[in-house]
Amino acid sequence: MKRAHLGLVLLAALLAALPAFAGSYALSVATLILYFAYTGQAWNVMMGFAGQLSLGHSLYVGVGAYAAGAIFFHYGIGPWAGLWVAILLCVALGMVIGFLAFRFGISGVYFALLTIAFAEFTRIGFDHFDWVGGPGGMFLRVAQRDTWDVAAFRGPPLMYYYTMLFLTAGAFALCSFLLKSRAGYYWQAIRENEEAAQALGINSFRWKMYAVALSSAMTAVSGVFFAFYYNNLFPEQMFHISRSIEIILGPIIGGVGTLFGPILGAAVLTLLSDGITELLAALGWEFPGIKQVFYGVVLLLVVMFLPHGIWPPLARRLGLNA
Amino acid sequence: MLEVRNLSKSFRGLRAVRDASFDIPAGDIHGLIGPNGAGKTTIFNMIAGVYTPDSGDIFLDGKRIDGLRPDQVCAAGIGRTFQIVKPFAGLSVLDNVIVGALQRSKNVSEARTLSHTILEKLGLAPKRELPASSLTLPDRKRLEVARALATRPRLLLLDEVMAGMRPIECDLMVQVFRDLNRNEGLTILLIEHVMRAVMALARNIGVLHHGELIARGTPEQVVRDPAVLECYLGEETEV
Amino acid sequence: MTPDLILNVTIAGVLTGLVYGLMALGLSVIFGVVRVVNFAHGEMMTIAMYAAVVLFAALKLDPFIVMLPVGAAFFAFGYAMQAGFINPFITRPEHSQFMLLVAVAIIMVNALLMVFGPDARNVQVDYQLESFEIGKILLDKARLYAAIAALVAAAALFAFFKFTLAGKAIRACADNYMGAKVVGLDVKHLYALTFGLGSVCVAIAGCAMVLLVEVTPALGPAYTLLAFVIVIVGGLGSMPGALLGGVLIGVSEALAGLFIAPSAKSMFSFGLLILVLLLRPQGLLGKKA
Repeated sequence: MKRAHLGLVLLAALLAALPAFAGSYALSVATLILYFAYTGQAWNVMMGFAGQLSLGHSLYVGVGAYAAGAIFFHYGIGPWAGLWVAILLCVALGMVIGFLAFRFGISGVYFALLTIAFAEFTRIGFDHFDWVGGPGGMFLRVAQRDTWDVAAFRGPPLMYYYTMLFLTAGAFALCSFLLKSRAGYYWQAIRENEEAAQALGINSFRWKMYAVALSSAMTAVSGVFFAFYYNNLFPEQMFHISRSIEIILGPIIGGVGTLFGPILGAAVLTLLSDGITELLAALGWEFPGIKQVFYGVVLLLVVMFLPHGIWPPLARRLGLNA
Repeated sequence: MLEVRNLSKSFRGLRAVRDASFDIPAGDIHGLIGPNGAGKTTIFNMIAGVYTPDSGDIFLDGKRIDGLRPDQVCAAGIGRTFQIVKPFAGLSVLDNVIVGALQRSKNVSEARTLSHTILEKLGLAPKRELPASSLTLPDRKRLEVARALATRPRLLLLDEVMAGMRPIECDLMVQVFRDLNRNEGLTILLIEHVMRAVMALARNIGVLHHGELIARGTPEQVVRDPAVLECYLGEETEV
Repeated sequence: MTPDLILNVTIAGVLTGLVYGLMALGLSVIFGVVRVVNFAHGEMMTIAMYAAVVLFAALKLDPFIVMLPVGAAFFAFGYAMQAGFINPFITRPEHSQFMLLVAVAIIMVNALLMVFGPDARNVQVDYQLESFEIGKILLDKARLYAAIAALVAAAALFAFFKFTLAGKAIRACADNYMGAKVVGLDVKHLYALTFGLGSVCVAIAGCAMVLLVEVTPALGPAYTLLAFVIVIVGGLGSMPGALLGGVLIGVSEALAGLFIAPSAKSMFSFGLLILVLLLRPQGLLGKKA
C-alpha cells in the first residue's frame, strides 16, 4: 500500500509542476486529459460503483453547461452561482431517470437504452429551445484571458489547467474515501448481487439513487467547466451520443470500478489519439473520422483482451493494490 | 417469536403454499422438511420479504412483517441464506461479511472486527483475503451463513445449507449452529433435505407437502407419522 | 392540412414503417435469440445502403436486384461476426458484450466517413418519381415496392422459423440455451446462423431504404437507436411485433413531421421508448419475461 501512496504523491507533484516545463499545446492536452479523467470518474461512480450502465451521460454535461452558460449569457451571473443551478438541475434529472428505472425494475441493456433515449430527447429538445440559442448554439462572452479572475472563471489556460487538476484530484480523493466507507461496500454489494445485498439489510433503491445523484452532480461540474472553457455550446455536440461514448472510453479502457482506471484511460486515449493524429498528418493521411476509427479499434482491443481495463494488470505488474 | 398464520401464495394459478400456520418460540430450532416443490422456499421468501403472501400474516415478536421489503425484514432481525448461494464474487471473503456486519456496526472498522470473529467461528478465517469467486461450494455455503450472521439476526433462516457438504463438514456446521443457539439464543428455522442435520439440530419439525403442512412435532414423532411416510415413500399397495 | 394529406402521409408512414420493421426484425432475431445487443445494427444497415449506392453508380443495378448479392454477402459477414467475434463473449458480463459492438459500430461509422465523406448520397431511378393513384390516395412506387420487398423478406423469415428444422432449432436455443446444448444442438453454429439471418434482413432493408432517403454515415447510430425503439415497442422476441412496431414508428414519425416539425420526429420515438420501457417493458406483442 505504501508504494501506491508514494506513486500517487509523485504523480500529483509531477502534475502540479507540469506547467513549468510544458508548452501551451502540451498544457491544453493535459487539461483535456484531466477533463476526461474527471468526467470519466464521475461516470464511474454510477457504473463502477453501483453497476448501472449509463450511455447518456452527455445529458448531464450538456444540462450543466447550458444551465450555467445560459444564466451567464442572459443575466450576467457568474459561474459560481450557475454551478449550483447546474448541479441542482442535473441531480434532479438524474433522480428522475433513476427513480423511473429503479422503481420499474429497468436495468442492464434497458437502463442503458433509457439513458440514451433521455439524452437524445434532450438533444432534439434543445435544438428547438430558442432561449439557449437553438441549433445555432450559444456563445459566451470572454472578458479577458490574462489575469486569474476566479470569481468570473476567466483567465489564462494555466488557471483552467489547475482547476481541472484540482477537480480530478478531488474526485479521486472523494471516490477513494467513499470506496472504503459503508457507501462503497454497499454499492459494490449491490453491483455484485442486488438480491443478496437486500437480504443483508441494504435498501438497494436508496443507495442506487445516491450513486446516480452523486454521479450526475459531479458530471454537472464538468459541464460548467466545459461552458466556461470552450465558451460555445451546441445541442448537436453537447448531447450527442458520441459525447457519451467519449466519456466512458476512459474508464472502460483504464478499468471500470477502479480508482485510477479513468485517469489512466483518459491519458492513454488522449495521448495515443494525439500521437496518431500527428503521425497521420505527417504521412499525409488526413481523413475525417480516422481518429474515431482509431478510438474504436483501441476500444475493441481492450474489450477483447483486457476486459477489466489496462489498470488492473498494470497494477499487478507494479506490485500495487488496485 | 415468529408466528405464521394461514399463509397462502399462488403463482399464476399454481398454489405453492396453502394455509400454512406454525409458531416458532424464541430460542427454538425449527426444521421445515418436505419433498421438492413442496413450497418450503416460498414460505422462506414470504418471511424474508421477497414475496408478499396472497393471504395470511407473519408476526415477529408481535409485529407484522409480511409485506415488508427484504432489507426491512433484515433490519427487523431476520437473516437468511439462499438455496443457490449468492456470494459477492468480486469481493474478498472478509469484505463479503463486512457488508453484512455494516447492518448493525457503526463503522467499517467495527464491522471488520465483528467479521473476523464470525469468520473464525465458521472456519473461514484463513481464506478471508481470497476472492469469494475462488471458494468451493461448501465454503461458499459457509460464507453465506457468515454473512447472514454478521447482520446479528435474532432469527436465522437457513435454506438447504448442508446440501453438497461431506458428513464431517455437515457435523461441523451443526456444531456451529448448536453453539450459536445455546450461547447467543439464536433462533433458527431451517429447510433441509439432509436428515442427518435435521435430526441433530431441530427440536420441532414441520412437514410440507404440496404447499400444506401435513405434520408437526418433534423429530421422533414426525419420522413415525404415516402421512409423512406416505408423502416421501408413497402408499403401500397390495401386490 | 387536408384529410387527404394526412391520409397520404399516414400511408407513406406505413410503407416506410414496413422497411423499418424489416430492419428491426433483424435486430429482434439477433437480440431475441442470441441475446446480443447489436449496437452496430444501424451501422450495418448504413453499409448496406452504401453498397447499393456504389453498385448502382458502378453497374447501374437497381437496388432490388442488388438485394440478392448484398444479402448473401451480409449473411456471410453476419455469420462470421458471430462465429469469430461474438461467440467467445457469450459468457462475459453484459456490458462487455455491449462495448464490443459499440466499438464495432464506431469503427464502421467512421470507416464509412473516411471512404465516402460526410455528404449525402443516393440512388436515382425512374420509378422514384412515379406513383400509383387510387382515388385520393397517392402511392409512391418506390415506397410501395420497398414495402413489398420488406414484407416478402419478413414472410420468408417467418416461414423459415416456423417450418424448417434449423428454424425450430434456433427457436429452441432462444428458449433454453442449456437445454438446446444438452439435446445436442450445435448452439454456436445456430447462433452464427441467426446473426447471419438478422444481417440479411438489414441488407434487404438497407437496399430498400436507399430508394427512400439519402444516406450519410451519421444515419448509422440513428438507425441503431430506431431499431431498438421499434423492437422494444413492438416487443422483444415477437417477430410480428417488430413489423408492427416499425409501422407504428413509421406512422408516428410521418405524422409528427407533418404536425410538429420534421426535425422533431425522432423526439417522439424516444418519448415513446421511455413510456414503453416504463409502462409495458415487454412491448405490445412481447411475452412477459
